[in-house]
This record gives sequence, structure tokens and C-alpha cells, in this order.
Amino acid sequence: MVPTNYYVILSAVLFGLGVFAFIFKRNIITIFMSIELMLNAVNLAFVAFSQALGKLDGQVFVLFVIVVAAAEAAVGLGIIILIARNRQTLNVERVNLLKL
Amino acid sequence: MPTHPMLEYLWIIPLLPLLGSAVNGLFGAKWPNKIVNGVAIGSTGLSFLCAVEAVREFFESGQVLFRKEFFTWIAAGNFRAGFDLQMDQLTVVMVLVVTGVGWLIHIYATGYMAHEGGYYRFFSYLNLFMFFMLILVLAANYVLLFVGWEGVGLASYLLIGFYFLKKSASDAGKKAFIVNRIGDFGFMLGMFLLFRAFRTLDFQTIFTSSTLQGWPVELSGHLGTLTFACLLIFMGACGKSAQLPLYVWLPDAMEGPTPVSALIHAATMVTAGVYVVARSHILFTHAPTAMLVVAIVGCATAFFAATIGLVQTDIKKVLAYSTVSQLGYMFLACGVGAFSAGIFHLMTHAFFKALLFLAAGSVIHAMGGEQDMNRMGGLSKKIRWTYGTMLVATFAITGIPFFAGFFSKDAILFGAFQSQTGGSVLYAFGLLTALLTSFYMFRLIFLTFNGRPRFDEHHVHVHESPWSMLGPLVILAVLSTIGGWFALPAFFQGPDHFANFLAPVFVGHESAEAAGEGAAYQLEMILAGVAVGTALIGLGVAYWLYLKRPEKADGLAKSMKPVYTTLLNKYYVDELYAAVVVKPLLWISANVLWKTADVAGIDGAVNGIASGTTAIGDGVRHTQSGNTRSYAVWVVVGALVVIAVVFFWPFGGKSVLGMVR
Repeated sequence: MVPTNYYVILSAVLFGLGVFAFIFKRNIITIFMSIELMLNAVNLAFVAFSQALGKLDGQVFVLFVIVVAAAEAAVGLGIIILIARNRQTLNVERVNLLKL
Repeated sequence: MPTHPMLEYLWIIPLLPLLGSAVNGLFGAKWPNKIVNGVAIGSTGLSFLCAVEAVREFFESGQVLFRKEFFTWIAAGNFRAGFDLQMDQLTVVMVLVVTGVGWLIHIYATGYMAHEGGYYRFFSYLNLFMFFMLILVLAANYVLLFVGWEGVGLASYLLIGFYFLKKSASDAGKKAFIVNRIGDFGFMLGMFLLFRAFRTLDFQTIFTSSTLQGWPVELSGHLGTLTFACLLIFMGACGKSAQLPLYVWLPDAMEGPTPVSALIHAATMVTAGVYVVARSHILFTHAPTAMLVVAIVGCATAFFAATIGLVQTDIKKVLAYSTVSQLGYMFLACGVGAFSAGIFHLMTHAFFKALLFLAAGSVIHAMGGEQDMNRMGGLSKKIRWTYGTMLVATFAITGIPFFAGFFSKDAILFGAFQSQTGGSVLYAFGLLTALLTSFYMFRLIFLTFNGRPRFDEHHVHVHESPWSMLGPLVILAVLSTIGGWFALPAFFQGPDHFANFLAPVFVGHESAEAAGEGAAYQLEMILAGVAVGTALIGLGVAYWLYLKRPEKADGLAKSMKPVYTTLLNKYYVDELYAAVVVKPLLWISANVLWKTADVAGIDGAVNGIASGTTAIGDGVRHTQSGNTRSYAVWVVVGALVVIAVVFFWPFGGKSVLGMVR
């Protein structure tokens, strides 16, 4: 039996990686993937706590998150494709038309 | 059916003119003059009839004070101010004068104003004035009286500034309003003081109250609370009744149409101050200092205004100063304790001064708008009715025997002579004023109606006024003649009916006036003789100077040039006030209130907050870089802060999500 702490620490590390990648990467695809990484880190924590507390609520949440993530991926990729078509770039620093 | 229906529904008397005012004001603009006339004259006429009926019922019920609370207007803690009306002997006189003379002047105005613009507006204001004036005289407590008091001020302002396109008229309106504000300020302070002393402002309670709660200082006496309360109330009366030093607005108020001058600025509104003093006579008698002040101010005003009246050339201005002077007489009477004489003179004055103004209006009408007496003369043959009625009024005001003013003026001078404090001085000035009055009134008559015409007879078509104007003149002339006959029996050692009638109101002050026996009677006869003599001297001098030897008048003016110019410029009081009061006030308003307080303080604060907000926004704007990843950083920072607060804040975090920290 792996202690819950391990799962939580792994989840935190994965989430932190996701955050750092989100902040420091410029490629919009990479950023998108880092979001998925954060979501899955959270999923991992949910499942771990569900196991530890012996309740099913965490599992249910994970299923919801997966569904929402799928939808988000679909919409997000659509947006990315449009950006790539219109701006000929995937660099987020150049997607700044709303700047003052 | 109540036994005294009109008394039970006393509110109808003031309400009728209010209705007339509302109807004319709201719908009159499109109506022909005839309908406006009908509404205005009808409402005041009905009001007059109701007043007559109420008075009849008052007499029928044995002249007991009638008082009724119709509804509570203000209730706060122990304080109650209600819409309470009352009817006693004093109210009877006032209500009849106001509605009666008011009605006559309404009729007159239909003729006088026939060709003026804003006809409906004029009558709407005039009816509004009637409403407030009736509230004033019928009110049974100081608060309701003050409502009427302010209301007549408003109506006066509106009517003085009736020709509002004329700068001088609108200025005069403002002047009247502002000067009255000063007096009203005192009046309100006086009311507060009375409330503090008596815990009520109801007439009956105050006047019958002998117990005083929670007031450390003695009430009566030379420097008692009542002295201050009375002086403050008298300050209000000074404003409304144009006494020194607040009289300056009344001569300017002559900018209004002449019926307004007659109704508001001669017969009724300006006597409100006298009425208030007479109404509060119980307070005043407990305040000997205030009484003395009233007498001195009244006497000084009477004399002062009469001297100015000597040299004025505008026919209405002469009458205006004459009004100020006569009001001074009334206050003199009140000040020496001869309250019923004051009210008597108020009534007779309402008759003859209204008549004088209306006749002057008729003259102005006949001359096509000319008001300068230097450009009149010889009108007596052309406008006989006006001449005749005006002559009657002049006899009345100068105190020619058996005209109305003779009795009332005699009663006042007698009261002044008998006064314990400074009686002889007050009497001397009163008598001197009578002399001046006689002189300037006959000067007015001679300059206007007699002598040679001093206007271009080919251009000015002198014509007699229509009967709608002459009718009221004739009625008022009759009243000016017989109005004083209530006191007639007193001259044959009989009772003075007027004083006896008012005696229940002025309980305890009438000893001085209940003359008629032995030495007092002889004294009164001598004084009356002296007064008549002075009046005749005034007449004679005026006749000699203005008819017999007109060139002498100019010579006299030249030889006494400094005096003459001082009088002509009204003692430079307006200039003095402008320099001492108005200029500094304007300076303070412009430099302190406007430029410092308003621009720098208030505007500064508002603008400062606005520009501060803009500056903060300008600074914070830079966080919105448009760079998606920097937003992500803010989200992370925010999340970290939330986590830190939830887990490490001293007051929270213990059982968040059921987890142990």
C-alpha cells in the first residue's frame, strides 16, 4: 500500500510543473498541454483522497473533470487552429491585439 | 347640523381663495379675462361672505373665543403644531378687513389690469395672497401663523416682481424677500425661545400659562426671557411691517402693480407685524423693555418716514413712505399699551390707505402711466370721482374731525401721552408726524389735482377710470368716512365701542383708554383739538407753498439744499446699507464662499477624488499588459494568497474541507 502522502506529493509536483510550463512556455500548444497536466494532477489528488477516505466522491469528480477537459480540449484546439490560421504563429506573446 | 356651521368649517374661508388661485393659475392661461375675473372675484367674494357669516355666528354665540383643531400637522414628541383656527374679537376685525378690502381691490384690479399681460397670473397670485393672509389671521398657533407669514411674503415677492422683465421690478421683489428674511430669522428665533419656555406654540396655552417648566431665568421683567422672545418677534414684525431699520423694501415694492401696493403693501400684509404684536400682547406686557423698544421704533419710524415723504415726487412713493409712517403709529400704539388703538388705526388705515393707493392708481391710469407729480396738476376737474374719493382719504389720514383716521390717530396720541415711560417725547414726535403727514398729503393733493396742468394736454388724454375701478373707490371712501364712528360716542362721554369690543382680547390694558370721565375726558378733548390744529397747519402750509406761492417751494428747497437733498435721497439709507451690509456680503460671498469654500474646498475635493481615481487607474492599467502569461501569473499569485489565507490565517483554516492543517 503506497501512503497517500506520496500521491499527494506527486500530484503537487505535477501541478507545479504544469504551472511553470504554463507561465514560461511560449508555444500555445505546450501551454495547452500544461493545462492538461494540471488537470490530471488534480485528478490524481482526487483519486488518492478518494482511496484514502474510502469514499467515492473523488472518483465522481475525476469523471467530471475528464469530461470537462475533453470539451475544453476540443474548444481550445479549435481556437488554436484559428489563431494559427489567422496570425501564422503559435507564439502567445504575439497574440496581444487586445493590449492597450 | 351643527349650531354654528360656518365656525365649524372655518377652513372654508382661506380655502376659497386658494381654490381660485389654483384654478386660475392652472387653467387661466387660455381663458378670456371675464372667466378669470369670475373665478378671482367669486372666490374672494364668497370668502368674504363666509367671513361675514362666521362673524355673525361668533356674535350669536356670545363672542366667546372659538377655536378648533382641524388636523395635526406636525407632531414630534411633546410638540404639536396643528391646523388650528380660531376666531376672537381681534380675528373678527382682521378677517373682515382682509376679505372685505381684499375683495374690493380684486374688483378694482379687474379694471386696472384689463390691458396687462399675464392677467390670469396676476389674479392667481392675488388669490394666493388672500389665502395666506387669511391663514395668518385665523391661525391659532405661532407655527401656522408663520406659514401664513411666509406665504404672504412669497405672494408679495411674486407680485412686486410681476413685471419681471423690468430689472428694477425683479430687483425690488428680491429686496423685499431678502429684507423680510432677516426679520423672519428673528421671528423664528423668537418662536424657538417661546417653545423652550412654554413647551408649546399654541396661542391659548401660552397666553393662559402661568407655570414654566425647566426655564432657569426669570420670565418677565426687564431682561427676562419674554423680553428677548418679544424683541425677536418684533424683529420679524419690523421686517414684515417695514419699520426701522428694515423698512427699505417697502418703497421699492411700489414697482408692483398699484392694486398690489394697495392690498399687500398698504392695507393688509404690512399690518401683519402689528397684528402679531397685538396678538402676543400678553407676552409684551410682561416685557416692559420690549414694549419700550416697540414704542420707540414705531415713533421713530413714523417721524423718519414722514420726513422722507415730504419731498418725494413719485405719487406712489409718497404713499409708500406714508404707509411706513402710519405703521409706525400703530407700533407706537402697541408700544404704549394702547393695543386696541393700534388695531383701530390698522383698520381705518386699511380703508383710507387702500383708497389712497387705488385713487393714485386711478390717477396713473388717467395719465397713461405717469407717476411723477411734477407732471400732473389740475386734474380735479377731469377726474372728479377720483379727486373726490382721494380727498376723503386724505381727510381721513390727516385726521380731519369725523373722518376715520381722526378717531384712531387721536386714540394713539392719547395713549402715547398717557404712557408712563417717555410719554411726552413719544407724544411730541407723534404730533410732529401728524403735522408732516398733513403737509405731505395735501402737497400730494395740490400737486396732483389743483393748480395749473404741468403736462402736455395734447398728448396726454386724461380720462376717468371705468366703474369697476370707481366703485371700490366710492365704497372705500364711505368706509374711510364712517370707519371711525365706532369711537364716536367716546367724544360725547359715551363708551368707545371699538375698544370695548376688543376688550376681551386685550384684557388688562384698556384702563388707559377707557377714558371718558372727568379730567381724562377733558384731556382727550384738548389733545384732539391740538391734533386737529396741527393737521390744519399742515394743510395751510401745503396750500401756501404749492398753490398760493408755488415759487416759494422751490426757493425753500434751494435755501435748505443740504436738508432737501438728504431727504430726497432718503437719508442715503439705501446707500448706507449697500456699503455696510450688501458690499461686504457680496465680497464674502465672492471671495470666501465662492472662490475659497466652493471652488477650492468643495470643487477641489470632488475634483481631487476624481483625479486621484484616474491616477490610480493609470497606475493599475499597466498590470493589464495583454500578455496572457502574465495574467496566468496573477492567477497563480491569487491562488497562493487564497491558500495562504485559508491555511495560515490565525482565525481560519482549522477545519477547511475537514482536513487537519
